[in-house]
Amino acid sequence: MAIQLDRAEAAIGWEGLRVHEMLDRSEQLFAQTGRYWGLERLELQTSDPIRYEKLFSRLRGGLVSARETALNISASPIVKEIGELCFMLYTPEGDSIALSTGIIVHVHTASDAIKYMVRRDYEDNPGIAAGDIFCNNDPMIGDVHNADVLTIVPIFWDRELVGWAAGVTHEIDIGASTPGGLPVGPISRYEDGLSFPAKKVGANDELFRDHVEAGKLGVRTPMYWTLDERTRLAGCHMARATVERVIREEGIDTYKQFIREVVEEGRRSFQKRVREMSFPGRYRSVAFNEVQFAEAERIPSYARMDTLMHAPTELRVDRDGVIEFDYSGSSSWGYHSFNCTPSAMQGAIWVQITQTLICHDKVNDGAQLGVRTILPPGTWTNHCNPQASSGVSWWFLIASFTTFIKSISRSFQARGFVEEVMAPYAFPSNVFQGGGIDHYGRPGATTNFGMSSVGVGAKMVLDGLDYGAAMWNPEGDMGDIESWEIIEPFLFLGQRVKANGGLGRHRGGAGYETLRLAWKTPFFEMQNIDHGKVFINSGLWGGYPGGAGYRHNVRDTNMLELIERGLPYPTHDGNPEESNVERMVTGRREFDQRTITLPEAMRHGDLYVCVYHGAHGLGDPIERPPASVQDDLNGGFLIPRLAESVYRCAISSDERGEWTVDPEQTAARREQFRSERGHTAVPVREWMAAERERILAHADGGGDFAEPVQRMYAESLRLSEPWAREFREFWDLPADFDFPVATPAVDMTRANLRRAAENEQ
Amino acid sequence: MNVDQQTLADLIDERLPRSMVRAIQSGYKGPGRFDVYLSVLQDRVPWSDRILMPFGDNLFVVVKPDGRRLVKCRCGHEFCPPDQNWKLDALIHVRDSEEALLEIFPRMMHGDPEWQEIREYFCPGCHAQLEVEAVPPGYPIVHDFVPDIDGFYEEWLGRRPPPS
Repeated sequence: MAIQLDRAEAAIGWEGLRVHEMLDRSEQLFAQTGRYWGLERLELQTSDPIRYEKLFSRLRGGLVSARETALNISASPIVKEIGELCFMLYTPEGDSIALSTGIIVHVHTASDAIKYMVRRDYEDNPGIAAGDIFCNNDPMIGDVHNADVLTIVPIFWDRELVGWAAGVTHEIDIGASTPGGLPVGPISRYEDGLSFPAKKVGANDELFRDHVEAGKLGVRTPMYWTLDERTRLAGCHMARATVERVIREEGIDTYKQFIREVVEEGRRSFQKRVREMSFPGRYRSVAFNEVQFAEAERIPSYARMDTLMHAPTELRVDRDGVIEFDYSGSSSWGYHSFNCTPSAMQGAIWVQITQTLICHDKVNDGAQLGVRTILPPGTWTNHCNPQASSGVSWWFLIASFTTFIKSISRSFQARGFVEEVMAPYAFPSNVFQGGGIDHYGRPGATTNFGMSSVGVGAKMVLDGLDYGAAMWNPEGDMGDIESWEIIEPFLFLGQRVKANGGLGRHRGGAGYETLRLAWKTPFFEMQNIDHGKVFINSGLWGGYPGGAGYRHNVRDTNMLELIERGLPYPTHDGNPEESNVERMVTGRREFDQRTITLPEAMRHGDLYVCVYHGAHGLGDPIERPPASVQDDLNGGFLIPRLAESVYRCAISSDERGEWTVDPEQTAARREQFRSERGHTAVPVREWMAAERERILAHADGGGDFAEPVQRMYAESLRLSEPWAREFREFWDLPADFDFPVATPAVDMTRANLRRAAENEQ
Repeated sequence: MNVDQQTLADLIDERLPRSMVRAIQSGYKGPGRFDVYLSVLQDRVPWSDRILMPFGDNLFVVVKPDGRRLVKCRCGHEFCPPDQNWKLDALIHVRDSEEALLEIFPRMMHGDPEWQEIREYFCPGCHAQLEVEAVPPGYPIVHDFVPDIDGFYEEWLGRRPPPS
């Protein structure tokens, strides 16, 4: 008891301040000066630059070393092989100083979580002391979704808080209402699985036993959970040891000076980089994604609807080199698990800028200080609803940030950095996810991270990288087949390239597909999670989007009979127009564009086709060199029909199936096609006049737009006055024009905001 | 890394080995790139208007002899001032049926025309496909980019934009 009182009475911040006071002062100084802690001159950096750089390298090296060492504790392929973890170092106020490689989205989400604890005076209760351990996975506090779990450890030196070490791993299952780490099924936060809203979970460097037991009981994969938590804790302690060593050797005053200067340097170098690489102005791009729940009978009736997510993104680059992301006009949050919080969105901005503008190792929260965000309340970007689910925030978030890639690429080209230009990336799906009884007869669950190697957007001077990366983890790795086969009761019959990269002068990187055979499982509930009705964005400068997804599951198959009798069986689906699986296997078949499904059981002998996306193309397709089209055909990157209808190539194949493109005939066909475009296309203003009438027809309850499209427009019109004004002005519509559909989520937002305003008064 | 005019031309024409492209991608970005790129482009266009900035794969912002700024296609077709949306003066072809989508996507990967259409924008002069949009029916035409040309020249490059 005496210890508790001492802790509460003695401030742990610097110079006798409480940490909360330090955070307030830091924010005040930034607001007043526009500089971190108001620093004008970076004394240490300018007076002893070598020492300054060595300090950064030692801290950074310690974090990378912590990651590379600690991941060996984990047994989950997501962590161990794909590297879905990261370790970060923070100032006492929660600003990041340096980070390891890995899933760097959480550099900022952990910052939010630390600041949450500081602002709520955890210093008093539950107390912040050397050896304490905190855990957070609440996106309203600082996270993307529950499955990304943060461990946070304070670092003390001589009774003063000198910083925080944090580590994050993505869990293979989080104990949500449906299995896996990306649960599609929850419609409220109470179904999102284990929840640790910035909780103290240990002291004296030991996890509390009740916390350890709660974790084991709360997920479908207790072994992976337990080892992942050990991974995070070990990495944090290694990072802390690095800091202690640096302070011992360099002195505490130097360390304190360094951590403030390095954040301010990060801010300055980010704005300098923006001015070096981009072009000031206003950029716009729009992304979409879908929810197919209208026929999902297992969820409550009020959630049973199809939804079209709308992400109109305006990027403003001002003359000072500050970037502003404006999501005004976005559609509403909804009764599904795809809603986002500001922490998730800001974390994603971090991932984007570190892979485009500041793709070097010296990055920290300074960059965040050079970015502004507008995330309107009630939209999917900032659901503002204490009950909303955000189990798979990534579903909308990833699609939405294709807009940034497109816009920043326009700026790179305007500056002449053509080697940096890239069309939008592919969505990392389908997600092979489920749970049930595995091939050892044990209960289990999986989220397969083969999706971390989808196609990368076409570049201006190269084709896109095939099956190579995912936006949320710069180190694309699909994991070893053998590892997944240990976890999942599904054998890999084959894995190969899919012809789904977006077509263009340069094609988007292709995705790939796997064909999985359910093996020795009495039941394993499997989902399809993919976009099949929409393209999340389009290509750049005339390039087409990568292909949409489809599902092809077959239950009660004759596969085991084919194997028994030594007859041919498929190893891949291939061109879905000539599907191998359809041709060779009989059974109860789901072969369609219904790509978001709730878990349905599969069992021994059933087949699951998992298609990973290709990315978007760049440039006019008829400018693609015939030799490249020929390579695409012979490499399996293009179905022959499209070589003729899109690339307008003259193609032929020999008896061995080798394709040839005739350059002369192709040139003639392309010339003719170019001329035909002039006949099939119409002047835009002419087309707009007819479109206007089509839109106006909805005002009287007529109109032919599908319900999800009408609801998307209605939500955006009702949530954003500026977007509504521009929409109506563009189409020259009456000032009160609206779509006659109900938007219950918008109504709830309005009520919530009204209540919040009343409470403030 | 400073990239000279010949190297940049080779990069654009894809004549460089991948190792060299990689080195340019990973290297530091030289401050003179904008001017080098502009001179490569100016040499290649079949008209004499001064290019103020590149504006995409086939488009440029140029300054006319009378000082007007226009978005101009490589072929010479002139659209509108750069603060306006050139797409409004283009030709459009909309793929809003399954049949039209299947011309450019494999079946099953062609999306749903009820949810989204593909809009193709062509230059009225040369019919080059300049942009593609994937949007729901009724979506306003996206105004992709309004550059701050004066801000760029005066505050970032430290000189006035060319008058003509």
